[in-house]
Amino acid sequence: MGKKMHIQMQVNGKAEEFLAEPRELLIYTLRERLNITGPHIGCETSHCGACTVTLNGKSVKACTVFVAQADGAEITTIEGLGTPDALHPLQTAFKEHHGLQCGYCTPGMITRATKLLEENPNPTEEEIRFGMAGNICRCTGYQNIVKSIKAAAAEMNAAKEAAE
Amino acid sequence: MKDDVESREDRVGKLKGLGCSRKRVEDARFTQGKGNYVDDIKLDGMLFGDFVRSPYAHAKVVSINTEEALKVPGVLAVLTAKDLEPLGLHWMPTLAGDKQMVLADGKVLFQGQEVAFVVAEDRYAAADGIEAVEVEYEELPVLVNPFEALKSDVVLREDTVDENGAPKDGAHGPRKHHNHIFTWEAGDRETTEQVIGEAEVVATSDMYYHRTHPCPLETCGCVASMDKVNGKLTLWGTFQAPHAIRTVVSLISGIEEHNIRVISPDIGGGFGNKVGAYPGYVCSVVASIVTGKPVKWIEDRMDNLMTTAFARDYHMTGRISATKEGKITGLHCHVTADHGGFDACADPTKFPAGFMNICTGSYDIPTAYLEVEGVYTNKAPGGVSYRCSFRVTEAVYFIERMIEVLAIKLNMDAAELRRINFIRKEQFPYKAALGWEYDSGDYHTAWDKALKTVDYEGLRAEQAQRVEDFKAGKTRKLMGIGLSFFTEIVGAGPVKNCDILGLGMFDSCEIRIHPTGSAIARLGTISQGQGHATTFAQILASEIGLPADSITIEEGDTDTAPYGLGTYGSRSTPVAGAATALAGRKIRAKAQMIAAYLLEVHDDDVEFDVDRFVVKGAPERFKTMKEIAFAAYNQAIPGIEPGLEAVSYYDPPNMTYPFGAYVCVMDIDVDTGVPEIRRFYALDDCGTRINPMIIEGQVHGGLTEALAVALGQEIAYDDMGNVKTGTLMDFFLPTAWEVPNYETDHTVTPSPHHPIGAKGVGESPHVGGVPCFSNAVQDAFRAFGNVHTNMPHDHWRIWKTAHELGLHG
Ligand code: FES
Ligand code: FES
Repeated sequence: MGKKMHIQMQVNGKAEEFLAEPRELLIYTLRERLNITGPHIGCETSHCGACTVTLNGKSVKACTVFVAQADGAEITTIEGLGTPDALHPLQTAFKEHHGLQCGYCTPGMITRATKLLEENPNPTEEEIRFGMAGNICRCTGYQNIVKSIKAAAAEMNAAKEAAE
Repeated sequence: MKDDVESREDRVGKLKGLGCSRKRVEDARFTQGKGNYVDDIKLDGMLFGDFVRSPYAHAKVVSINTEEALKVPGVLAVLTAKDLEPLGLHWMPTLAGDKQMVLADGKVLFQGQEVAFVVAEDRYAAADGIEAVEVEYEELPVLVNPFEALKSDVVLREDTVDENGAPKDGAHGPRKHHNHIFTWEAGDRETTEQVIGEAEVVATSDMYYHRTHPCPLETCGCVASMDKVNGKLTLWGTFQAPHAIRTVVSLISGIEEHNIRVISPDIGGGFGNKVGAYPGYVCSVVASIVTGKPVKWIEDRMDNLMTTAFARDYHMTGRISATKEGKITGLHCHVTADHGGFDACADPTKFPAGFMNICTGSYDIPTAYLEVEGVYTNKAPGGVSYRCSFRVTEAVYFIERMIEVLAIKLNMDAAELRRINFIRKEQFPYKAALGWEYDSGDYHTAWDKALKTVDYEGLRAEQAQRVEDFKAGKTRKLMGIGLSFFTEIVGAGPVKNCDILGLGMFDSCEIRIHPTGSAIARLGTISQGQGHATTFAQILASEIGLPADSITIEEGDTDTAPYGLGTYGSRSTPVAGAATALAGRKIRAKAQMIAAYLLEVHDDDVEFDVDRFVVKGAPERFKTMKEIAFAAYNQAIPGIEPGLEAVSYYDPPNMTYPFGAYVCVMDIDVDTGVPEIRRFYALDDCGTRINPMIIEGQVHGGLTEALAVALGQEIAYDDMGNVKTGTLMDFFLPTAWEVPNYETDHTVTPSPHHPIGAKGVGESPHVGGVPCFSNAVQDAFRAFGNVHTNMPHDHWRIWKTAHELGLHG
């Protein structure tokens, strides 16, 4: 057991402050300490993407980030993307296009997809498949995930245009 | 009244019943991060348990010292076999009639085997505790090859031999060697030998269907909470069969069944991994009893791949005979089945090799014989049905390879060879040579549709041109056309021959209609992504005329749901789906009497119409189901009990036999061994289609798991019994990048014995997909003399095939 560190972070817009061992992993911090159970654990070796969150504007796999590395960070998880009354377009699209089955990969998938569309609002199918390759789904075969992301992109672009 | 002007079509549409691509009701919580999986469960004072595991595949456990571990801050207890022995829990029964060590009892039989259980305040403390447990091992000779195991003097399971070292009888009869588990046969050996001996043409093939793993994204786990005040045990877990788990826990712990509540919360995929009972469950229960606190156990990915539930590992030898024209006359199949250190296969009790005897496939083969030998080795136990009904993937792979091998021998087109041997439509119900009675099928129609859609002749012409171009040095890419036509056997099963540990494999549904015309239905199954809450409500909507959106489906809580055998082997729709329809019909029968009373006519004078009962010949006189539901609760009706509820336990008269025709077109780079899937066409016939959107999703998913298994996914061992593919670094799970888009199609041949004609679809694409991908790879090399190469066809193995055929110059 190591000495505890003083950690501060913003998670889904809320300030958090606590003492933690530096070896604590961010996924553990979120799930066990902060009760944010949207991000899941599928491998703990950074292969599956079930734990994907956005950290300081980048998609990261929370299972391979030490809480010490996340000190002072701004973090968004699936819980911070939309509310039941105002879902994120990706959340709507995944339901509309059957982009999920067991749902275990879904929080990581959607969180990753928000970044993908931020960086590239008009991705081709190939770009979606490449950009999502860090997130494994065992149920859907990806076809409907790709479809969902495409539909959300179209929806978001249309909304942007309407707003301009 | 407004209802009068509503068209019948509108009324049907509003129900969102059978055949409609209803959006899933499960998705709201999953897309918002509000699923409730077992690892999301948190209870006051909850502890965390984890295993000390064996680094060796075969070793004597000389001593276990827990002293230092108990000094680690946060560690509360360390359980070993010695602690479990007084409770009789150091071994547990397996579903296959064998028994398995819960914690190492003097020795270990596979790498990763559970040796001690450390209980701590959190995962980090448990990990520290595991580090501090000292175990002294004495290595023993390792057997990883079942053929060698059957010859070896080394006894793996001392508990299965008598004092003279002779094997005691096993759960499936006499054993011929101390490492032999069972021999199981089907069909007529003598006639088959005779037919093959006298045949004009005989093709043979040895094939190894490698060991793999279902690997759902969520691993296995549980939370056990013993409430000592009330004497009640609650067990949450990733259980595909919660009711069976309750019975097993009761039988082995002695806690009365009414004092055990088993709950399967949301499950992050199962694919067969979550059917069995694992040491983690038993240890969590014991730890909760010992500490008086709730105990959680969640395996990590390495534990999952190395210890819970492998699939396949069948060494198969086939002989198939035919006339010169290609009419098949006989089939012989021998299997050496590697079951690992304990026989923990999850098959119906009377079927130690599952339904492997479906291996005559979709063909009218007059004579056949199958023999399967189960063998102990130093590998992990399991033998589960990975996205298939019991061993059906192995069977379909076997026959679909044998057909290809026979086509090569006959120098015939493999599509045509299939066509001339298909069971014909008028032969159904068809009694197969190995015992099953196929319920319905129209194979020729499906096959013709598939071949026409992909322009099969055009593809073969293109392929022939490609071979010419390759020989002329114009290209380095070969083209493979993979074919597969599969018949599954799912929906286990009739209680007369299907049980698990004596529990008949029926299933159940209980419905309560609420006064205002909405309802809750509970089932004995449990969804792991299949969307039961969506589809079962659709079945019911069509049966009882209330909108699917007004029907809640609940599963997985043994305190509230009726008893059932759970979800695996594509049994939910064939069995629980049938129970749902029949319970719905009971509701309807009572509703009819209520309607007749309200309309002041005789019971026989009203008939059901979508969402109402109408007076025959006077459709303007009716009572809607909503009105009837209210009447059931708000007024005394002479001779009829108040309320509107029903329960149905369904014992299926037969299995169902979904089928399908798949075609895969692949380009293979002979220099890199990389296959590129150009096209994949999947035609499925699952009988009546409940929700086309969900069916399509199941097909995409099953095909992707098939792609994984055929093209790279493997649990491999070295000679010392070390697992070489214990992380996702080495164990292939395809990403979006490797997976193609699939074309789906269908025909509809309803099951004649199922109340709504549905057959089940979740596993078809996996069963049919594996041989299709494999056949595509092998077909690419057919022109160069390839007859058979084993899966998985990863880049290295494909390259090697090309190399051995002399294609690298
Ligand atoms: S759990 Fe983090 S990538 Fe799999
Ligand atoms: S929906 Fe199950 S893992 Fe993606």
